[in-house]
Amino acid sequence: MALALGATAICILVLLWEVVLPKLEERLERRKACRARVPVQPGEGYDPGRERRAEQRARTLLRSCVNDEEWAMYRDLGFLRVWGGMGDGPERDRGTQGAPYAYLIYPHKPIVAYVPQTRRLLSEYCVEFPDETRPYGSARLPDSDDVLAKWMALTGDERRIIETANLHLPGRQVDPRQVRRDLWRLGRWEQERLRGPGRPSGSVPTP
Amino acid sequence: MRLLRMKPGHGEVLLAEGDVGVREEEERLVTAFREQLAAGMWAAVPTTARGGRREAQLVRRFDDVPRDAERVIFFPPAAGGR
Repeated sequence: MALALGATAICILVLLWEVVLPKLEERLERRKACRARVPVQPGEGYDPGRERRAEQRARTLLRSCVNDEEWAMYRDLGFLRVWGGMGDGPERDRGTQGAPYAYLIYPHKPIVAYVPQTRRLLSEYCVEFPDETRPYGSARLPDSDDVLAKWMALTGDERRIIETANLHLPGRQVDPRQVRRDLWRLGRWEQERLRGPGRPSGSVPTP
Repeated sequence: MRLLRMKPGHGEVLLAEGDVGVREEEERLVTAFREQLAAGMWAAVPTTARGGRREAQLVRRFDDVPRDAERVIFFPPAAGGR
């Protein structure tokens, strides 16, 4: 009896060892990798000052491309709204029955399509503009350049960008509660602008 | 006309500038334009439509760029994100 129990215990120990050993090795390797010095090429390290200047340039470029109302929206709310132009909405199988629809453009987040009339969220379109030349070690455009790229792609060729993007149901990456809060903020913001003293030149009323 | 390219960590970069009415300058612009498209970039011309609405026109050839366009903006091609 004792011999059988002993043999079983040895077997269990051996099996456990087989299971645990790779994990221990992996953890050790990871620890070594974390402690290792990563050589940084000159000009490739993250430089917050450079990124800030890049973002400033990107904001200036964005401002020069969109109208006053869109610029103010981005400046005040942190996103842009672009009206959709396809007859029955962006999705072939789930149309909007002719209701106007729009997109919210956030920096480095999916484009969110919705129906302003009902505030129904339609879908998320995950799209990126990675610059694989990685001039400073990163493929990521400044926030405002990312917004401008989405804006140009949507206003220039909506179908092309929608078909390029990965389509997901609302809520996969952007919290629907946040989107609804943003839509509420947008509504308030528009009301305040309408009440304000005179609309700025170049602004376009909501269709 | 100015050709600009968005660049990570920098913002836009001026690639070329010239008058499309001057032959040599136009050739320089065409060369720079083709280089960007060959590198896979997308090209857009910001425009103002009737009623003051701003939009962009995506172009694939230099001939598609309106002669009076002030600038063409190149940006990395779109890819489906996660």
